Amino acid sequence: MRALQDALIITKRQLLQLTRVPEVLIFNTIQPVMFVLLFRYVFGGLGANIPGGYVQLLMPGIFVQTVTFTLAATAQGLAQDMEKGLIDRFRSLPIARSAVVMGRTLGDGLLNIVVLIVMGLTGYLVGWRPTSGALKITLGFLMLLFFGYALSWVGVFAGLVSKDARVVANVSFLFTFPLTFLSNAFASTTSMPRPLQYFAEWNPVSTMVAAVRQLYGFKNVFGATANSYPSKHPITMSLVYMVVLMAIFAPLSVRKYKNSSK
Amino acid sequence: MKSIVAEDLKKTYRNGQVKALDGLSLDVEEGTVLGILGPNGSGKTTTVRILATLLQPDSGHATVGGIDVVKNPKAVREIIGLSGQYAAVDETLTGWDNLVMFGRLYHLSAAQANARATELLEQFSLTDAARRPIKTFSGGMRRRLDLAASLIIRPKVLFLDEPTTGLDPRGRMEMWGVIEELVKEGVTLLLTTQYLDEADQLADDIAVIDRGQVIARGTSDALKSQVGGERLELVVAESDISSAQEIINRLTHSASTLDVGLRKISAPVANGSQSLIEVIREFDTAKIHPLDLALKRPSLDDVFMALTGHVAEEAVAETNEKKRKRGGKK
Ligand SMILES: Nc1ncnc2c1ncn2[C@@H]1O[C@H](COP(=O)(O)OP(=O)(O)O)[C@@H](O)[C@H]1O
Ligand SMILES: [Mg+2]
Repeated sequence: MRALQDALIITKRQLLQLTRVPEVLIFNTIQPVMFVLLFRYVFGGLGANIPGGYVQLLMPGIFVQTVTFTLAATAQGLAQDMEKGLIDRFRSLPIARSAVVMGRTLGDGLLNIVVLIVMGLTGYLVGWRPTSGALKITLGFLMLLFFGYALSWVGVFAGLVSKDARVVANVSFLFTFPLTFLSNAFASTTSMPRPLQYFAEWNPVSTMVAAVRQLYGFKNVFGATANSYPSKHPITMSLVYMVVLMAIFAPLSVRKYKNSSK
Repeated sequence: MKSIVAEDLKKTYRNGQVKALDGLSLDVEEGTVLGILGPNGSGKTTTVRILATLLQPDSGHATVGGIDVVKNPKAVREIIGLSGQYAAVDETLTGWDNLVMFGRLYHLSAAQANARATELLEQFSLTDAARRPIKTFSGGMRRRLDLAASLIIRPKVLFLDEPTTGLDPRGRMEMWGVIEELVKEGVTLLLTTQYLDEADQLADDIAVIDRGQVIARGTSDALKSQVGGERLELVVAESDISSAQEIINRLTHSASTLDVGLRKISAPVANGSQSLIEVIREFDTAKIHPLDLALKRPSLDDVFMALTGHVAEEAVAETNEKKRKRGGKK
């Protein structure tokens, strides 16, 4: 309980930062909105034969891509605190070892809520119409948030290990950016060379995109070449990925935080 | 009662290649100030980090307020304040935001945290700057805010790692004033510094460290006398050298040294100002007019030279750098 209260103080600090430096929030929402508009109007023509049009497949893809970038954001934030010696100060306080990293992941999760709402509204304006009803749509968003949250823990670990905000931001981006394209997020995996196809099918980004498409009521025509497990059970597979990531990186991160030194 | 005890602390980095602490021991009596004096890289920060529970020693044993820092770090954190070598505050937030946040993290209620923030900003003359982001603060203000943040719970034991390094002379004076006030209130303070005058000014007792070991311990007067205390240095005209030297030797009961090129005579003196007066009186009678006359107090460099036989490495590099710059300007 105490640990959660401490974590929330750290989360509050992050929200306070947003009010002091509003550019961060603005940039964080403008970028995905820009992506929605660009993809919608540049590749919109691709979906002539897709039920509901390309935008129905695009939105889940961009949602997942955006929450995937949480990894880099968290990593950068933590490395920055490390660089400034703030982590040292926090570690000299009588607070739970998990508080600082937990607070950071919660803060980045809250930021994702705002970003997803703005993106969803933008999507609606350009023709995105999920058909599955309120419950499943909500479940879809919850999955997106949880996926971002799980990746945030990977980011915590990366940030604590690297200690250099610029480097870790670039490295995480170099790692996640191709991951979001070697997937079914924007185009069909069937047109990829064979080995890439396998990769794309097992890629957590793909399973997430397929899961969310399913929850929003659209057939995932961009994946499922083989009868592989992830393409048949995207929701289960995505949940497994998230749980595994959390189970590995949450304890690793807390331990790293405990022993971290500038 | 001892507030801080460290026994035979050892710490290496890079798989044993760098010996940061090599059997360091020290203790600090409750309510007193210990200055750890040493050049860059001598192990000051490592010592502070171990005592403040941020780092585990490879071996050795340490207690703060009677609590073992390795076995019970959380209890130690309840009674200490730490202000590290670099101001560690959230730069995007205001001074007020920072203090309230840290107050909350020390588990004060919202009202208590606000009240304490107001109080501390007042105490550290930061009230006017309270609503500005730290980014806009001067170096001195940042350090003061950082110090304020470490005092939120009125710690029994306070660690200050090089509190004035990087500050301009004015910031340094202000910081000294603030620290002296704290000491009056009875906190036990361990402070590290690279400057003998700072340790002299603030500390009851000084531990000189070099290569991760305490090489001397005592009051600043005791240390200075180990170095030979003050020296009288004077420059006289060529024709006056021999008579001047004769007077100096007689008055100081010592064999003075002479730098022929600079015409500089130098001699250790036991009672500086008294000797100075005597020398001037005798010179006046002998009609010798010194071109330059000064009492030199020992610096950290002198202390080092005397204690270790080698110069404080980083300090030397810095002096050379300064010389080079000065030379460049000419
Ligand atoms: N994280 C680290 N990794 C490797 N070497 C380190 C690390 N921290 C300190 N050292 C080394 O340990 C020695 C003592 O460092 P430190 O305690 O920071 O000295 P000081 O604070 O007196 O300048 C130095 O030689 C320094 O280079
Ligand atoms: Mg240091």
